[in-house]
Amino acid sequence: MPKVKIPRKSTFVDMTAMCDVAFLLLTFFILATKQKPPEVLSVKTPTSVSSTAAPEKSILITLTKDGKVFLMLGDDTKKAAIIEDFNTTRGLQLNSNELAKLKKWEFIGLPANKLKSALNLAQEIPASQQEGIPTDTTNNELSYWMRSVTNAYAGGDQRDLEKMLLVKGDGEALYPIFKNVKNAFKANDLFKFRIVTEGENVPLGSELYKTGKTEKK
Amino acid sequence: MAEVDTSSGGSHKKGPGVKKSKKLSTRVDLTPMVDLGFLLITFFVFTTTMAQNTAMNMNEPKDDKDKEMKVKNSGAMTILLGKGNQIYYYYGQLEAEKVSEQFKSTNYKDIRKLILDKKNATPIDDLMYIIKSDNESTFKNAIDILDEMTISAVPPGHYAEVDMIPVEKELIKQTELANGIK
Repeated sequence: MPKVKIPRKSTFVDMTAMCDVAFLLLTFFILATKQKPPEVLSVKTPTSVSSTAAPEKSILITLTKDGKVFLMLGDDTKKAAIIEDFNTTRGLQLNSNELAKLKKWEFIGLPANKLKSALNLAQEIPASQQEGIPTDTTNNELSYWMRSVTNAYAGGDQRDLEKMLLVKGDGEALYPIFKNVKNAFKANDLFKFRIVTEGENVPLGSELYKTGKTEKK
Repeated sequence: MAEVDTSSGGSHKKGPGVKKSKKLSTRVDLTPMVDLGFLLITFFVFTTTMAQNTAMNMNEPKDDKDKEMKVKNSGAMTILLGKGNQIYYYYGQLEAEKVSEQFKSTNYKDIRKLILDKKNATPIDDLMYIIKSDNESTFKNAIDILDEMTISAVPPGHYAEVDMIPVEKELIKQTELANGIK
């Protein structure tokens, strides 16, 4: 009986294609993710079960751990209008040069009366040395800023503005500061805003968990 | 790894005497490279989705003295946020002679059950949680308690943030002293 020859086939799998796919995906993910700008103000936000994503374009008020308040005007289309309005309503008398400089600032964390001198410095004051916008009841400058914000958005849909108002606070910031921020909003008839939090899972067995389950069914 | 040697011995195609030149394979084993690629993908996917921030809605009431709401004593639960992540609470209204009985303290872990019990024991129309924050409570405390309301599915309009009254401040101070909370 003749021997049956079994042809030996190579078990070598061509990995080139797979390798291509892997790196294509890798490139895609790297390019698709937006680089977060390095945060100058480090804030550890509290957690909440809310699942709505924070909007990108926003008027963000940051409360730091040591109780300082910073304002970030994230909407580039209105930033100039807000700053100019603040300049005229508060009588800061900033010239066009200083205004242009102020518009380039990523955030504002100085009392109004110190803005002019800070703008004339050769270097920007680092975040850690800025004293924050005063919010105490006698001199709530944040409410003046919010008034300029409402002025700049006047005529538009109030709801669009409300969607952009964000408060981001460090968990360890004390409550009165948050209350002052709320008062600044209220003084300008802004009653709805959002708080930036870190996502958290809905606890198992809680009421919200149960309703979420029945809704899905 | 994925390769098995299949070269079948020395076959003399070119006849005897002709020296066989050894052919080297130009194939590179790409398996480790694929591994690395996917490892990096996994890494990037995980790190990017985790950093997503969420936004919690806040609705503030308009301060209007004429429109102050009356709350039924039977349906009210007052939650006081103190320092050192402590919570104090009482039901209904504080009565001078029964204060020590009414005024109780708890923490953020146990408050969920208390909120839920109150919710289940009260007709929904009467239900009202009154949240008052002490000047030494933190921003996190205020957010956590609002989050607890959402977790226990308390409908909006049945909880409100109110300023603390001096009697409550005094009580918190006394309890803190007694419990040695700094």
